[in-house]
Amino acid sequence: MLPSFYVNSILILKNSDMTYFRKILPVFLLTVLAFVNGPAHAIITITITEGGEGGTPIAISPFKWQGKGKVPTEVSDIVTADLRRSGRFSPLAREQMPAEPYRDKDVVFKEWRLVKATALVIGYVTPVKPDLYRVEFRLYDVFRERQLAGYRYTVKADRLRTVGHQISDLVYEKLTGEKGAFSTRIAYVSQERSADKKRLYRLSVADSDGANPQTILSSVEPLMSPAWSPDGKQLAYVSFEKKRSMIYLQDLKQGKRIRVASYKGINSAPAWSPDGSRMAVTLSKDGNPEIYVINISKKSLQRLTFNRAIDTEPAWSPDGRHLVFTSDRAGGPQIYRKPVTGGQAQRLSFEGNYNARPSYSPDGQKITMITRRNGKYNVGVISLADKSMEVLTDTRLDESPTFAPNGQMVLYATERKGRGVLASVSADGRVRHLFTLTEGDIREPAWSPLNP
Amino acid sequence: MKPYQKLLLLFVFALALNACATKPEEAVQPIGEEAVVQGAAEEGALAGEELGADGRPSVMRVHFAFDSSSVDSDNRETIEAHAAYLTANPSVNIKLEGHADERGTREYNLALGERRAKAVVQMLAVLGIDRSRMTDTSYGEENPLDEAHNEAAWKMNRRVEIVY
Repeated sequence: MLPSFYVNSILILKNSDMTYFRKILPVFLLTVLAFVNGPAHAIITITITEGGEGGTPIAISPFKWQGKGKVPTEVSDIVTADLRRSGRFSPLAREQMPAEPYRDKDVVFKEWRLVKATALVIGYVTPVKPDLYRVEFRLYDVFRERQLAGYRYTVKADRLRTVGHQISDLVYEKLTGEKGAFSTRIAYVSQERSADKKRLYRLSVADSDGANPQTILSSVEPLMSPAWSPDGKQLAYVSFEKKRSMIYLQDLKQGKRIRVASYKGINSAPAWSPDGSRMAVTLSKDGNPEIYVINISKKSLQRLTFNRAIDTEPAWSPDGRHLVFTSDRAGGPQIYRKPVTGGQAQRLSFEGNYNARPSYSPDGQKITMITRRNGKYNVGVISLADKSMEVLTDTRLDESPTFAPNGQMVLYATERKGRGVLASVSADGRVRHLFTLTEGDIREPAWSPLNP
Repeated sequence: MKPYQKLLLLFVFALALNACATKPEEAVQPIGEEAVVQGAAEEGALAGEELGADGRPSVMRVHFAFDSSSVDSDNRETIEAHAAYLTANPSVNIKLEGHADERGTREYNLALGERRAKAVVQMLAVLGIDRSRMTDTSYGEENPLDEAHNEAAWKMNRRVEIVY
């Protein structure tokens, strides 16, 4: 069925006042064309498919609600779900808890040791005034009988989920030594069929747990390749709304956007430099797909590859000094690396005859990409130290792999029971998740930077 | 029977004979007033088996082998038919729209689709069609004809659409 808001939400672009981003690259702000916090009726469900057992036992005592009626958001439920989903922790069920303390002085460590909880989280939520709440939480090491962290937040109701994710990040970091990525967001493309069988594409952004999905753009023509700016405030993407590929940048809060590449031929594969000043893209304006670097503020264009083969899918090294990309200059697609200042391209992938769409781990030590094995397209990880490759999946049609911003997981798109879904696998291969949409296909995940 | 229908039947008959001669394992459709060449569109191969009212070739796509942008002999017939039409109609321009199957990565497939479209442009140029009359674009794997995830769908989706 076609919900009534469809009629309003299908993007209609008026191009009369738009000028292309040509040699001098003039930038025109377009207003009201793209969505700001638009509705997205398809909901993401995340399930652990492997490795849900065996995490460190932890107790998250239900946060005490000190107001009247029902609490707007059960913050401790969000923390519990986040930590369980990470696969690193096994939160105690409520009925296994010996007590439900919420103040420092109520904690009796001995009773938590008896149920084998290594860490304990307590807290409460208090209404301060209409639509303003105070959340306080403390994290304890049960064996050393010591507080590891304690914070207080005062927020509006719509930020209580965010507080939950921040608490999860703090707990995760204190207990594992690694940064948590629960406060991050995920951008993705989804495709549905409207009542008249036409395809409808949406570019959406949701919290890392799938909550709060918001469509920022919808179109009856394909949308592709979302890429986050390093400050998490903008998305670059490719839209076919003009019947061919063009690259846009869109501000997430205000919904304003600019078109940065609409040259003859392909305009694709945008990737932001780590400092946010430049963008690597693939353009075929000079005859075949080559990689270029756009300086966003100077509005200049620099060509980086010179080759009759396909060069595409650029990604920056975290230090901003190199680009990795896909090229079929040696016959089939393989991964290459080149200094951003130019110079010789170095081949990085040698196993198999199809390796494509590379992207770096946040520490710059590894590269994830799609590799073909026995006719299947799987997620691989190359270690740059010894060039060895590890294949992390055994599905058939994997695409678009990307490291979580804390490096703990690889998120990718795949096909399951005929539908497009997202999946993730922990860097050690132990924990696996499935992200499904209530309707339609979901693909091309892009994980936001930490603390957007 | 209109003249073009007679012509059509002749074509069908000739093709069926040809099929008999070269591929005896293929079943030949009985030929009558409503004779249709089965699977012609899927194969994208049988140029001239039907004529549109305006004389335009009716096969509007060419298909490609996996991971390939080379034009095989069946496709060549289709492209030659379009070249003949374009030569006879010098004011007509066309767009070549390249597509890939879903396997592999999306941005690479966008490039593959373009390579296919350009291969058709190149062949039409060799056949004497001015490049200024042709534009090419690629949809990569974004616009499949068949959304199934199997060999038959992939074969269908690896294509260049000839758009007048």
